[in-house]
Amino acid sequence: MQFSFTDEQEQFRSVIRRFLTDKSPTTEVRRLMETSQGYDRDVWRQLSQELALPGIHIPERYGGAGFGAVELGIVMEELGRSLLCAPYFSSSVLAANAILNAASESQKVELLPDIASGERLATLAVTEPNGRWDTQGIELTATLAKDGAGTEFLLNGVKSFVLDGQIADLLIVVGRNLATSGDEGLSFFALPTQTPGVERRALETMDPTRKLSRIEFRNARAELLGELGTGARALANTLDQAAIALANEMVGGAQALFDSAISYVQTRMQFGRVIGSFQAIKHKCADMLLEVELAKSAAYYAAEAAAEDDPELPALASLAKACTSDAYMNTAANCIQLHGGIGFTWDHDTHLWFKRAKSSEVFLGDPSYHRELYVQRSGL
Amino acid sequence: MRANGESFNSTSDPGMSQTEEFRSTTRAWLEENCPTGARGPGQIPWGSSKIELQPDVRLWLERMAERGWTVPTWPRQYGGAELTRDEYTVLIEELKRMNARTPLTGRGVNYIGPTILELGNDDQKARWLPGIARGEGGWAMGYSEPDAGSDLASLSTRAELRGDHYLLNGRKTWTSDAMDCDYIFVLVRTDPDKPKHEGISLVLVDLSQPGVQIRPIRLLSGASPFNETLFEDAVARADDVIGGVNNGWTVGKRLLQFERSTHAGINISGSQGGRVIEGHMPETIKRYVPTIKGRVADPLLRARLIRYEQNGHAQRLTQKRVIEELEARAPGYASSAVKLTGALHTQEGDEMLLAAMGTRGIGWQGEGFERDETEATRTWLRQKSLTIAGGTKEVQLNIIAKRVLGLPD
Repeated sequence: MQFSFTDEQEQFRSVIRRFLTDKSPTTEVRRLMETSQGYDRDVWRQLSQELALPGIHIPERYGGAGFGAVELGIVMEELGRSLLCAPYFSSSVLAANAILNAASESQKVELLPDIASGERLATLAVTEPNGRWDTQGIELTATLAKDGAGTEFLLNGVKSFVLDGQIADLLIVVGRNLATSGDEGLSFFALPTQTPGVERRALETMDPTRKLSRIEFRNARAELLGELGTGARALANTLDQAAIALANEMVGGAQALFDSAISYVQTRMQFGRVIGSFQAIKHKCADMLLEVELAKSAAYYAAEAAAEDDPELPALASLAKACTSDAYMNTAANCIQLHGGIGFTWDHDTHLWFKRAKSSEVFLGDPSYHRELYVQRSGL
Repeated sequence: MRANGESFNSTSDPGMSQTEEFRSTTRAWLEENCPTGARGPGQIPWGSSKIELQPDVRLWLERMAERGWTVPTWPRQYGGAELTRDEYTVLIEELKRMNARTPLTGRGVNYIGPTILELGNDDQKARWLPGIARGEGGWAMGYSEPDAGSDLASLSTRAELRGDHYLLNGRKTWTSDAMDCDYIFVLVRTDPDKPKHEGISLVLVDLSQPGVQIRPIRLLSGASPFNETLFEDAVARADDVIGGVNNGWTVGKRLLQFERSTHAGINISGSQGGRVIEGHMPETIKRYVPTIKGRVADPLLRARLIRYEQNGHAQRLTQKRVIEELEARAPGYASSAVKLTGALHTQEGDEMLLAAMGTRGIGWQGEGFERDETEATRTWLRQKSLTIAGGTKEVQLNIIAKRVLGLPD
């Protein structure tokens, strides 16, 4: 398995980085995080039309650019670095991968092109108010609509922590057959958010750069994706791919915080010298580097594994999610510490990433959850 | 920019088929030429003329040296095989696949050899490298002194020029394995009047001469792998100063990078970069603690074990990444980082195992303890050196802060 990036991939990265440096300075992040929509339509349009990012990893036959998980990882890393406020992770990663993994060929042809072009926003609803990421936590039920064509179901239940649920046009929902539990009886369903019986409420969380919703379904009519009751495998795969993408986003964020801390300790003067000359500061910075670099190895390697459909993928996904979550949180906390008093003010930008680090740490399952999965998956 | 499906595809490497061809010929040759006595755990030569090699081990060394595979990336004229990084990686993978031991290790092929190759002159390369590649002579390292540890540049062993040779006087300490070595590379002060970093040279010395005395130092593990090496009018050839007179600080630091990258498993200028040892910690731990359905019952120990395993995995992936990102044979400052994280990881494993062993972990020798138990205890003791030898943890952090992060003194 090749590990390092090719020259073309590095060029791809620098194109994205230039775009994001221009479009997503922290003044924009701060402006957008205060809005209910949480993103800028013009920037999204440019990102879609000029850079073709929403469909970067979607096969060409479904309107995408046809690249793989490595290029997606590069995009995610740069998004994490710049903290762009946009429905990329929800629509392009979570929802698009769910459709790719679960839907029939004709459904993919129908649903994916609009997601790949960025014209339609979709999201994936898995977790419920219990906050669990394992299949045991899924209680929403699906029953066959008697007046439908056999692929229409009625959804009943509540989903929560749904990313970008307020702005999504299309919901992909994981539900189960009556009287089933765990991996049994799970299916994916698709429905427009305007469907009668769907009631959405925005959740106010401490990370306003990432908008979450609680969505209630009361006899909401939805179309079954793929086959009934066999969704467990597609769900596991979707969540693994999402964990890898998020891991790459997290190393981008951690690197941004690390760079900011290093630059600060090289300019901040106390006792007549820059604080970066004190050994206590130097050692903390060196320790931060080691942690970020180990996390990068896990995130990059997992992306390579996803691109090649490696059998180790599930273990590597959990490894990457756990390592990068810890590295991001620790880097963020250290970044505040190194900035001293200014570091815990609202005006200073560190808290934007610090909060993103926390919301990412728990999204898709926290490090303890993934360490446990890692053990099971690597057969320890 | 509209991407199209081909140009970013990292797997469309045109060199792939060549590498695969190299793999199959390598595999065939190794299967035919690696004796059974050179597979699995056992003796590994490091050049010492004082240690007798088992017949299969000697045969394996000779065959591999003949092929240039004791130092696979070196030029052919100096005993190497001029393998590319990718070919080298394949060779290491194939050796591991058939459970073959490395044919040769030690400070010759891993530290001083790569340093001479990079910084020595043509005469020095021709005189020293082919012998090093064949494992002719074990090398000791003369760096630390009783009063020059982390502050290595304050070293005071003197070397005075007498025509075509130097006379050495002084005391080196922590000279690992010196009792069994044939040569030593020594950092000496060749100009006491210059600032401390500018009057140092690295010189090669033959240990079998009357001016050299070696005394063992007993360590907390009871073993004595380290020595004190005394020089009293010891002789070194003037043309055995590597990399220029008074340039020894630069040369010596470069050699330390080769040392660290060897410890970190990323020295591809040496004999076994990228060769990763995977442990069996969970199985070992489970022998000593209660389990429930095959799982460690104590939740805290279990969490610690999982974290350790995961960290080890990330560590191995980082080694792999660092090797892939190496521009050439040369290790960079990544060696400090990987050496340090590796040392901390190993020590954490030792600590955890001792914690799990409880009273079984306090044995020293004799009745009442299994051999691998006292071995674990002694390993735990001995490996306290991992964050000290080759530059302390604190020195490594300083190096990273200065060289990687650019933080000022």
